[in-house]
Amino acid sequence: MNAADALRDMQGFDPKLFADLAGKVGHGGALGIDYRAHGPDWAELSLDYREELIGVEETGVIASGPIISLMDMATSMAIWIKLNRFRHQATLDMRIDYLRPAVPGRTIIGRGECYRITSKIAFVRGVAHDGDPEDLVANVTGTFMFTEKRK
Amino acid sequence: MLDRLPPYARLLDLRTERDADTLLWIMPFAAPVVGRPGYLHGGAIAGLLEFAALGTLYDQMGETRVEAKPINVNVNFMRGGIDHDTFAAATITRLGTRVASVEAQAWQKDRAKPIASAHMTLLLKR
Repeated sequence: MNAADALRDMQGFDPKLFADLAGKVGHGGALGIDYRAHGPDWAELSLDYREELIGVEETGVIASGPIISLMDMATSMAIWIKLNRFRHQATLDMRIDYLRPAVPGRTIIGRGECYRITSKIAFVRGVAHDGDPEDLVANVTGTFMFTEKRK
Repeated sequence: MLDRLPPYARLLDLRTERDADTLLWIMPFAAPVVGRPGYLHGGAIAGLLEFAALGTLYDQMGETRVEAKPINVNVNFMRGGIDHDTFAAATITRLGTRVASVEAQAWQKDRAKPIASAHMTLLLKR
């Protein structure tokens, strides 16, 4: 069974199963994104530091792209957790503030939250840190649009 | 940065080409940039846009020794990215002494139909 079939057949929405499937293939797999925790409207994922993710060779600081990917996945999953089902959706926009560079070598934790769902749009926000939740690396806000026709 | 692209750009398999005055960034469609089956991952598109923005800034600064740090990025996704090369180019909209604003666009078959755009604000350390 491939990941798409597994998702379609999933009863409710299982964040750990989803992360285990989606986090191991494609871009998620290339980055190495793992499940950590979730609540009623949030998901927490982690991104281990790896040399392949470096954006500035001289400093060893991770590129911003992998952090956007981590937050895109964490906020996406927060929507499906809140809905308690998988729905096809597309990211409309995402704004990310880089509060400080992540410390080279540290695992980055991304927590995404869905705070509002309408018939066609989901509104999300999230934060990333590298060990201390009080000392953030990034803050994001974004919107997603549901792409399938309503039944 | 342009002589030797950083590791994350190599993970995305980016390459650059010069088309007249424009520095083009090209990302091939391959497993490491795929999101849902058959489509590009939004994070990979954002990564391409960020390298186009940062790389164009460094390219146009030329000899000037400057370090640019992203303050924020706003990415808009207009169309799904399909199984095709993705191109990106950036324009510097403001270059001050301390801050730069850069707009980057990504497209596939038709430059007039962008799949995504990004506005990036960077802090400059001269």
